[in-house]
Amino acid sequence: MALEVGGKSIATDEEGYLENRDEWDMEVAKAIAVAENLEMSDNHWEVVNFLREYYDEYQIAPAVRVLTKAIGKKLGKDKGNSKYLYELFPYGPAKQACKIAGLPKPTGCV
Amino acid sequence: MPETKKFLYVNRKAPYGTIYALEALEVVLIGAAFEQDVSLAFLDDGVYQLTKGQDTKAVGMKNFSPTYKALGDYDVNKIYVEQESLDARGLSLDDLLPLTWEDEDDDWAEKDSIKVISATEMAQIMEQSDIVLSF
Amino acid sequence: MSQLHTVNKSPLDRHALASAIRHAVKGSAILMIEDGVYGAMQGTQKSDMVSHAMDDISFYVMGPDLEARGINEARIIDGIKVVDYSGFVALVAEHDTTQSWL
Repeated sequence: MALEVGGKSIATDEEGYLENRDEWDMEVAKAIAVAENLEMSDNHWEVVNFLREYYDEYQIAPAVRVLTKAIGKKLGKDKGNSKYLYELFPYGPAKQACKIAGLPKPTGCV
Repeated sequence: MPETKKFLYVNRKAPYGTIYALEALEVVLIGAAFEQDVSLAFLDDGVYQLTKGQDTKAVGMKNFSPTYKALGDYDVNKIYVEQESLDARGLSLDDLLPLTWEDEDDDWAEKDSIKVISATEMAQIMEQSDIVLSF
Repeated sequence: MSQLHTVNKSPLDRHALASAIRHAVKGSAILMIEDGVYGAMQGTQKSDMVSHAMDDISFYVMGPDLEARGINEARIIDGIKVVDYSGFVALVAEHDTTQSWL
């Protein structure tokens, strides 16, 4: 599968995750979000950027439980809860946000 | 409330020559979702998994050593390293990644996850575990 | 005739390095690769075995495999030469035959 962004073809796996993380940029993220029927707000970007930083540091996409706790610690309790995160990413904050962030499917996401 | 079992993951292989180390790490992270009492043991060549300064760019493999630092986030914070295994390899605690966890019940104080223990103490931990998974 | 022996197992887990040393004749070379590079470290239970063999055998170790495992070159046994991939190729070319100790 592939995603067309600005005339370029970006390879994805059958579930829509990027094959090559280095091809990610904000335009690619927006294109994935469109395919997911999501309009990216500042709150969406905050989570997506958080995930990218987490991946850079630990080389994994965090499980949803870990993501929720870490967001709460960094951005406050009103954001570190599953209600808030599921409102932003209805198909699962870890799975859907990771996809938009150009990361692999989260490890330990059941 | 389901009964909590004591899980021990035993790591005895060096990180890149075989797939055991990476597989063990993935199983631990996935298993962490089940909220059991999890301990990790590193002995024999397994202690090499935790060494600092790994850089795999030139060999074209994924460097998964930073992922050990995420174990604390997954509430995996009992990491036992065998003294005798370090000694045999000319290593000390200073050569290992500083792995920590934050104690929610102690105002998120950062605490060390790694405990260096003797082979005798390691034997006790193995003996007291309900389920031992070997890698 | 000279032979290049490659060893890719940790000497603390397997006996490949010990066997290679025992069977390498004077003037031959041993190249440590992959997990074999742990055999190049100072201060291990196997360091003396390597040091004692150095009068008769030349030792080499793969730099990229050292880096992957976080082993600083400062901790390599004196006298072992660090090579890169082209150095590996050159060693193979210099020797008549290559034997892999797996």
